[in-house]
Amino acid sequence: MVEKGIGARVPRKEDLRFITGRGRYTDDINQPGQAYAVFVRSPHAHARIKRIDKAPALAMPGVLAVLDGDDVKADGLGNLICGWLVKSKDGSPMKMGKHPLLAQEKVRYVGDRVAVVVAETPAQAKDAAESLVVEYEELEPVAELDRAHGAAALVHEEVANNLCYDWELGDKAAVEAAFAKAHHVTKMELVNNRLVPNAMEPRAAIGHWDPGQDAYTLWLTSQNPHVHRLVISAFIGIAPEHKLRVVAPDVGGGFGSKIFIYGEECVVLWASKKIGGRPVKWVAERSESFLTDAHGRDHVTTAELALDQEGNFLALRVNTKANLGAYMSTFSSCIPTYLYATLLAGQYKTPAIYCDVQAYYTNTVPVDAYRGAGRPEASFLIETLVDQAAIEMGMDPAEIRRKNFIPKTAFPYQTPVALVYDTGDYEACLDEALKLVDYAGFPARRAESERRGKLRGIGISCYIEACGIAPSAVVGSLGAGVGLWESAKVRFTHTGKVQVLTGTHTHGQGHETTFSQLVAEKLGVPYEDVEVIHGDTEKTPVGMGTYGSRSLAVGGEAIVKACDKIIAKGKKIAAHLLEASEADIEFKDGKFTVAGTDKSKTIGEVVFAAYVPHNYPAGLEPGMEEGAFFDPPNFTFPAGTYVCEVEVDPQTGKVDIVKFVAVDDFGNVVNPMIVEGQVHGGLVQGIGQALLEGVRYDESGQLLTGSYMDYCMPRADDVPSFEVVTSRGTACTSNSLGVKGCGEAGAIGAPAAVINAIRNAIGVRVEMPATPERVWRAIQSSPLAKAAE
Amino acid sequence: MAIAVSMTVNGKAVGAEIEPRALLVQFLREHLRLTGTRVGCDTGQCGACTVHVNGRAVKSCLVLAAQAQGAQVVTIEGLARDGELHPMQVAFSEHHGLQCGFCTPGMIMSAADLLQRNPDPTEHEVREWLEGNLCRCTGYHNIVKAILAAAQTMRGMAKAAE
Repeated sequence: MVEKGIGARVPRKEDLRFITGRGRYTDDINQPGQAYAVFVRSPHAHARIKRIDKAPALAMPGVLAVLDGDDVKADGLGNLICGWLVKSKDGSPMKMGKHPLLAQEKVRYVGDRVAVVVAETPAQAKDAAESLVVEYEELEPVAELDRAHGAAALVHEEVANNLCYDWELGDKAAVEAAFAKAHHVTKMELVNNRLVPNAMEPRAAIGHWDPGQDAYTLWLTSQNPHVHRLVISAFIGIAPEHKLRVVAPDVGGGFGSKIFIYGEECVVLWASKKIGGRPVKWVAERSESFLTDAHGRDHVTTAELALDQEGNFLALRVNTKANLGAYMSTFSSCIPTYLYATLLAGQYKTPAIYCDVQAYYTNTVPVDAYRGAGRPEASFLIETLVDQAAIEMGMDPAEIRRKNFIPKTAFPYQTPVALVYDTGDYEACLDEALKLVDYAGFPARRAESERRGKLRGIGISCYIEACGIAPSAVVGSLGAGVGLWESAKVRFTHTGKVQVLTGTHTHGQGHETTFSQLVAEKLGVPYEDVEVIHGDTEKTPVGMGTYGSRSLAVGGEAIVKACDKIIAKGKKIAAHLLEASEADIEFKDGKFTVAGTDKSKTIGEVVFAAYVPHNYPAGLEPGMEEGAFFDPPNFTFPAGTYVCEVEVDPQTGKVDIVKFVAVDDFGNVVNPMIVEGQVHGGLVQGIGQALLEGVRYDESGQLLTGSYMDYCMPRADDVPSFEVVTSRGTACTSNSLGVKGCGEAGAIGAPAAVINAIRNAIGVRVEMPATPERVWRAIQSSPLAKAAE
Repeated sequence: MAIAVSMTVNGKAVGAEIEPRALLVQFLREHLRLTGTRVGCDTGQCGACTVHVNGRAVKSCLVLAAQAQGAQVVTIEGLARDGELHPMQVAFSEHHGLQCGFCTPGMIMSAADLLQRNPDPTEHEVREWLEGNLCRCTGYHNIVKAILAAAQTMRGMAKAAE
């Protein structure tokens, strides 16, 4: 048994630097001689740029350069890309509007980059940016998703009806046949509200061109530095890939928003060369985060569920309109398609499913992956629809779910929407959650609340998601432009210390701890002797980064494979040292032993022999450093049951969450403390979506929720403490660790639990965010209120 | 145009010529390179910049450096004493009260002030106190747990010292 190995609640290695203020985020880094960039942004949602007069800005003190879209064009820089090609029903490719680094001819959302001013100090850059003259001819904006089709205005002239693609998945004929013979159909219109990711660290970048080496370095807030390097080299064309180093140091949260390649980081890198090689730094203000970080969700959906007399699900039919914003962001196309519709089976054996999705451009901030990305939208849809069906059929919401669950004996299970679930035990999670929440005792609690003038409700959500998107060949056939494997290198030093280099990136997830536990377990070395290195393309092997809850299931497995190679090589060396046959060497707890004897060598002795190969197997390479790549055979499929209990004040409409139970199947768990923390964080983002958060634009396309004064972030007193269980896991079969992803589950499963609980309390469904005003208005129109009159 | 300010930061007398509009957080980050105090918003809402000024938690983005003239300022870098972490720092790590770490210095400074004012807060009081500090990673669950644990530790220490 390895101390601090797999399964141990080890406090995190990364904590010391953070609790003492010694974390090093991009804005904490300063390069000698650095200049500062400020972006001039569009005040209009949609306008033609008539004229830019740089002269007044250039005349301001300290100004080094003013660059605009014409300069980008003159230097032949490429446009920002979307890395996943989605095809419409008719086989035609999605219609990509051009997305230049700085706006050319038109601006398409409030906040669109028009120009950059580079100056000696941040204040000088800001002052000069204010004096740049930009003349606009305002155009009619496409501000609302439901008016995008057929709107007079076009976000991109070349895209008719603002329709990027019209995509479908599933067997339409089978679904129609099932609906034709259904006993009952439950139909719903749903809005999945638009959110701002709001990582606490705003985006930032420092670009540097070194004229002596003709090489570039970019420090930035990235979840995937190698993907940044690839896109900036291959598509933007600022630097060849081998001459560009991308460093993502400590990053203050991402939640998807720091996956994407944005114009700002490309511009500061390019600008450094334009001013002769001084580093150029840009740090977003929070208002810029609201205006320019890719937003999440934003669907309008019609969903119908066909049931037979007993409440068995026969078919599901879904139509979704998805908002892409003004441009396609890096992975925006796959979110409302392959990461959404493929999850519509949920935990159920619904035999036929059909979904079509129309994705539209609007004059709003681009929309892309935000914690869960497509899967929260799918889960919310299924779990509110199933709840509605239970009410209409007069069934208990827990029982209608249980009746339709894919039974635990049916795995691997092929869903009608492309995925094959490898393992699961949905009933076990449901049972545990109902027990923990004391489902049977709910009527008594409701009666007690009623005596205090409160309305109490309980809501269930049985979510499923797909993490660790894979395998590369399959996602490639669906349009992905990249492979989705992960890499690792495990390097011993002479003295037996271990450096683990990973292509994933940690920005809160605690990889330095989890991966150290993994290596301590696999190699039998002390946890303290393992150092995890990430986030620098010059140090780590090429990797795809961290998103989609992939780091352990894909990146962790790459580490295991590298450890396996270390052990295999160590056996050869140990056999030589112990004068035994390689086949007789066993490795356990850091020791190579000749089977059935007490003859052994520690891994430290073997490693030393590898670096000082005086007595060494003939023909074997010296050294102890092994690399591995892992391309998983399938996604992982975390699933679970969340139960939320709310108390609603009918006088004010305020919702208090009084109980929240989460039972998750994440397969095997390496560090339960970290996993529980991931669930807590996800749950609050899900509760935030359900109760508090929502982006509002006015008719002219101005963002009304552009600060923490206007956009309601969950605060400590808005949310409860949680009861989280992660020990109900069924081991995943796609990696040797048996692990599934855990980073997004909370945000995926929570919204439906909250909304179902509110409906259970007040008798009507309220759209998200269920603000006190909305809830109060709903209560006024509810059957309960009418009955009371 | 520059003005002179001087104050004590983490026990050391410091002074500089600064722009009159410089905020305390800018003075700490840019002049003293104490980058543990962070800027997470521009409206005084997020609390990542919380430091102690004359013993009280203050959002250093809402105070001009000039307003702290002559004050005793403690930042996250100065919270540990003689190489010993503050019990609040220990509790945050033990209870996994941090993930990305960006809001953490502000959280810890704010929470330390709470315990000066109220050594035995309830969970509800902790949650109310934290209103001025945003965290997007932890869901607050473990932050609250850490603060309650630190309160218990510090009460124990106070008792032992009696």
